[in-house]
Amino acid sequence: MEYTPPDLYESDDVVSCRNLFEVAPEEMALPCKQACKRYLLHLAQEHIEFRLPEIKSLLSLNGAQFIAEENFGEKSPFWILNISSEEAARGIMKRTVCAKSIFELWGYGKTHEELYTSLKKYPVQDMGHFLKVDSTYKINVYTFNKTLTHQERITKIDALEFMPFQGKVNLKNPEHVFCLLEDYGSDPNRIPEHPLNIYFGRWIADGQRDLIRSFSVKKRHFIGNTSMDAGLSFIMANHGKVKANDLVFDPFVGTGKASRKNQKWRGPDENIRANLRQYNTEKSYIDVLVSDASKSIWVPKMLFDAIITDPPYGIRESTRKIGCQREAAKSNEEWCGENHIPASMAYHLSDIFIDLLNFAAKQLVMGGRLVYWLPVYRPEYKEEIIPHHPCLKLISNCEQILSSHTSRRLITMEKQKEFEAEDELAHLIDSKFSPYQGHNSFREKYFSGLTKKIAKQVTNTSKMQD
Amino acid sequence: MLLLSYLRMKLLTHNMLTSHVKGVTKGYPLLIKATEVKLTDVDFNSEFVSRMIPKIEWSVLVEAADTLGHLNDLPRDLPPDYESSEDFLRKVHHVLLEVEVLEGNLKCPESGREFPITKGVPNMLLNEDEV
Repeated sequence: MEYTPPDLYESDDVVSCRNLFEVAPEEMALPCKQACKRYLLHLAQEHIEFRLPEIKSLLSLNGAQFIAEENFGEKSPFWILNISSEEAARGIMKRTVCAKSIFELWGYGKTHEELYTSLKKYPVQDMGHFLKVDSTYKINVYTFNKTLTHQERITKIDALEFMPFQGKVNLKNPEHVFCLLEDYGSDPNRIPEHPLNIYFGRWIADGQRDLIRSFSVKKRHFIGNTSMDAGLSFIMANHGKVKANDLVFDPFVGTGKASRKNQKWRGPDENIRANLRQYNTEKSYIDVLVSDASKSIWVPKMLFDAIITDPPYGIRESTRKIGCQREAAKSNEEWCGENHIPASMAYHLSDIFIDLLNFAAKQLVMGGRLVYWLPVYRPEYKEEIIPHHPCLKLISNCEQILSSHTSRRLITMEKQKEFEAEDELAHLIDSKFSPYQGHNSFREKYFSGLTKKIAKQVTNTSKMQD
Repeated sequence: MLLLSYLRMKLLTHNMLTSHVKGVTKGYPLLIKATEVKLTDVDFNSEFVSRMIPKIEWSVLVEAADTLGHLNDLPRDLPPDYESSEDFLRKVHHVLLEVEVLEGNLKCPESGREFPITKGVPNMLLNEDEV
């Protein structure tokens, strides 16, 4: 009698799994049925490409949709969004590491006159609660790309006298904080006299950027690799829509540490084998995933709410050990900061992603997300090389530049179709599912040149020792 | 959030592992042989336990706990309204997350192939000739 795996499509297990996540897909763009309010998000100007997917994911996680206004500028530090509730707005801020603060927007203009007109139009009944006689408040002035004198700030605050503030000013511990934010553009060498955009709003909450600082000391990478900063780790979790009590799987964790143990210098082939051996004993399932993904060690069920990972791209080799500083600077070795791909390993790279996508397609719950880093050779990059899978929808693709010709991209995919047997072989039938292989072949050529150089070094060194 | 990144041999993990020996069709569940078991303290989170129950095979959990001598009074049948019973969820929590196999092996029920567990880490690797 054949072993029949549990029926994935009708068992109670799966039904329960389906109930466990909210169904709030972003294409279900219902216009704000409740009175959506306008909020101003003030974002940090780093990891620019990663911000929109983060905010969209967090909105979705809080039951809200991403609704921006017409002139939405993705690269701007200021975003005006329509959000259905203050609760949702606060929910985003509890998780975001991209946004500094959020404000309930009371007025906006491209000039001060426009701003004041806009403020006068804001419904008084919505303001009233925060301007009461017995309340305390203060007004901050924040300027982006310009420094103002203390007096200039005071003047701007005084210009808001027409507003019905009835409470007392308390600079130390006010009940309500308001902010006048001025945007002086993005060119530090050409700062305009007048701001390009001006906003006024009630401060609601700050984001979690403090976490970056508090985690960066603890998470110091001993090899001196700074490519995975603490902020990016949080961003990965946010892109993955990870929530409390999720079961999250990282198939490749710990490989960086494993390679660090390999202190003694050996030829590139030996390094590969040594590291694979170390990977195998450290995290045994890595071997299964890489070399034999069709025989996963996991029960064929939809187990994981999210898969968040940084796959091993190969072996890390210290530039010092290779011996030629100049060559190292020119070469592709600062690969993704973490690992390098010697020629003989290069053909594995696209296999890793095919296996990873198949694994995710099989073992993610419906709606669950896969978040992973994809190394890219920039001169050859095209959007088409991002791996596809019939069960997974591409949600976002964010580049982190590592050098002039290398970068890595944080890819987020969401499971939208249940896995069927024929999906596993999609990459063989349709080349669009494994476009990354083409991208690889150039690097194979590149690295075979590098391997020859290393081999030559080995020969020279051993000759010297004789 | 439980990050299942480090394969400690907890019974939660065991419940989701299957044998992948070549040619095996009935590789689940793996039989546990433990020579050293450890009890740890893990903070109780009722919601997490509730969410894990639908992901596991209940009878396999009961059997595994029994094999290790830690079944205690865990019921052999899953009660229908388990989500609301904190008492029950605590028992499940203990068995799923607080019982760890440090030394022993996991045995494929069909082929008999044993996967060793060393210092709490199971080695699921097959040799080149087994794949």
